[in-house]
Amino acid sequence: MDQNKKVFELKKIAKSFDGEQILKGIDLDIHEKEFVTLLGPSGCGKTTTLRIIGGFVTPDSGDVLFLGKRINDIPPYKRKVNTVFQKYALFPHLDVFENVAFGLRLVKTPEKEIVQRVREMLALVNLSGFESRRVDLLSGGQQQRVAIARALVNRPNVLLLDEPLGALDLKLRKEMQIELKRIQQSLGITFVYVTHDQEEALTMSDTVVVMNEGRIQQIGTPQDIYNEPANAFTASFIGESNIISGIMHRDRLVEFAGRNYECVDGGFAKDEPVDIVVRPEDVEIAPATSEFLCGTVKDVIFKGVHYEMHVACNDFMWRVQSTDFTPVGAEVGLRITPEDIHIMHRTTYGGEKG
Amino acid sequence: MKLNARWTSYPYIVWMILFTVIPLFLIGYFAFTDASGDFTIANMEQAVKYIPALVKSVSLAAIATVLCLVLAYPFAFSMSRLSFERQKMMSMLIMLPMWMNFLLRTYAWQAILEDNGVINMLLNSVGLSSVKLINTSGAVVLGMVYNYIPFMILPLYSVMTKIDKSVLEAANDLGAGFFATLYRVILPLSMPGIVSGTTMVFVPAVSTFVISGMLGGVNNYLIGDLIETQFLGNSYDLNCGSATSLLLMIVVLITMAIFNHFSDEDAEEALV
Ligand SMILES: Nc1ncnc2c1ncn2[C@@H]1O[C@H](COP(=O)(O)OP(=O)(O)O)[C@@H](O)[C@H]1O
Ligand SMILES: [Mg+2]
Repeated sequence: MDQNKKVFELKKIAKSFDGEQILKGIDLDIHEKEFVTLLGPSGCGKTTTLRIIGGFVTPDSGDVLFLGKRINDIPPYKRKVNTVFQKYALFPHLDVFENVAFGLRLVKTPEKEIVQRVREMLALVNLSGFESRRVDLLSGGQQQRVAIARALVNRPNVLLLDEPLGALDLKLRKEMQIELKRIQQSLGITFVYVTHDQEEALTMSDTVVVMNEGRIQQIGTPQDIYNEPANAFTASFIGESNIISGIMHRDRLVEFAGRNYECVDGGFAKDEPVDIVVRPEDVEIAPATSEFLCGTVKDVIFKGVHYEMHVACNDFMWRVQSTDFTPVGAEVGLRITPEDIHIMHRTTYGGEKG
Repeated sequence: MKLNARWTSYPYIVWMILFTVIPLFLIGYFAFTDASGDFTIANMEQAVKYIPALVKSVSLAAIATVLCLVLAYPFAFSMSRLSFERQKMMSMLIMLPMWMNFLLRTYAWQAILEDNGVINMLLNSVGLSSVKLINTSGAVVLGMVYNYIPFMILPLYSVMTKIDKSVLEAANDLGAGFFATLYRVILPLSMPGIVSGTTMVFVPAVSTFVISGMLGGVNNYLIGDLIETQFLGNSYDLNCGSATSLLLMIVVLITMAIFNHFSDEDAEEALV
């Protein structure tokens, strides 16, 4: 990844539909050869952001820059960007070959080159031999791959993908995730990928952009996003978390669940109310002594690699993962080490406390 | 409950036999017999003399059909892109004139186009001299376009609503501007609508006698007018009328066959 070369820059993008503000100031840089994923719940504005990059939606305010030049008013057909649409949008009157060749024919590519490039692309997406098939008779996964080939054959600078695997079953989805990542790396094209599936985002991306209600919540590598969520929303959206409110008494001392804990964060105001995030796998079962926060095991589920349980401590239900079995009703202590306590400024987001 | 498909189709078969097959046979029979019922080809020989009127009918109907297509196509397309409620309202507005009697509508045009009709009165009132409108070929074509354009709009509109917006966006995304999208996507996808709209306008237009009779005058005597006078008018001749009808039917079938052939080819070409 060339961290220095920015392909796209979104600057303070705002967009309203029917008087409702859908995007509330999006700032985002997309770098060359980067796999960027826009992740967020349905309706948070991912598709709208992608359509602004593709040129199908004009922002109300803010700028879209392509290689440093403002392109707000450039129509889609003049942008060196191609899109894989959410519902594929294949041409029903054309066969597989002609669907893929569509973009090449428009720029009057010589027939020999068209044949060669379309064949190459179909091979890349494992559809060799499907050239003369009708697209409406293909399976969802095959249509999906035609849509990818149709976009990639034009060698775009950037490929936009809007929940491309949304309609596929789980197994095919996993296969296509690996496939897409392989294609992206072998062609060295920038991918901007939209999904609401956090696991998909974490597996495939170089950079994850977490969005909620028209705003970017956090931008970072999958590791950053998972290990250092910037706020309660990201923490709850990415993986499972215990999110509990507390008070930051001073640097490296926080109070929550009625106890003081040593932690590694600092830089908060004295006695600032904060949100504390602790991942379930970071909570350790310990003896029920006064040394630890204590509670009662309410339920236990075997998840294959580990047991997942809920432990009630006062009025808060802790999610805990442990490889050791603890019976329901047992009194246990919860050991939480300073590195595993993530402290965040309080936001309006409530999280899924308890 | 199981409905026997064979049984349910019987009413239609009876209908077809009564009102399509038998009349066709009768026309065929009368066309090749004389008044006393003996076989003859004299009627057909007589009908062939009407070919100039037939040519005129086909030309005027073809011009009207092309005009309908050119006017209806962009209209139907923009209509198909409107919101659902607006689409409903627009189809209502298109159907509205059809609630009024066909003759009445054509009378109205007569009143508008007459030598001292509405248009010429308006022209005179602003100091311009009158123009000849009524009893011209143009008036006949106008009447055809006005009366039959809904039959072009509706089938076009119905295929165009099935063209998904995302497919047009995909064409745009792949580099197609307005004209390329029209030529490579919208046109081939709307071909079935073009074919049925053209048929539904051309066939009634080529055989019309009301429009030509009321707006065309003696100089625009079309094949439909001829057939009318032979069956109902002063030159009553059942046998000759049947022969002329048969000739018209053959010409319509050939025209439509040629047209369908070319439109199929177009659709295939668009694939390449
Ligand atoms: N063209 C449009 N007209 C009106 N509302 C729209 C339009 N496009 C999107 N919206 C609204 O904007 C919101 C965000 O949509 P979208 O960007 O598709 O979200 P996401 O892809 O994250 O699910 C939704 O509430 C949607 O209804
Ligand atoms: Mg979406």
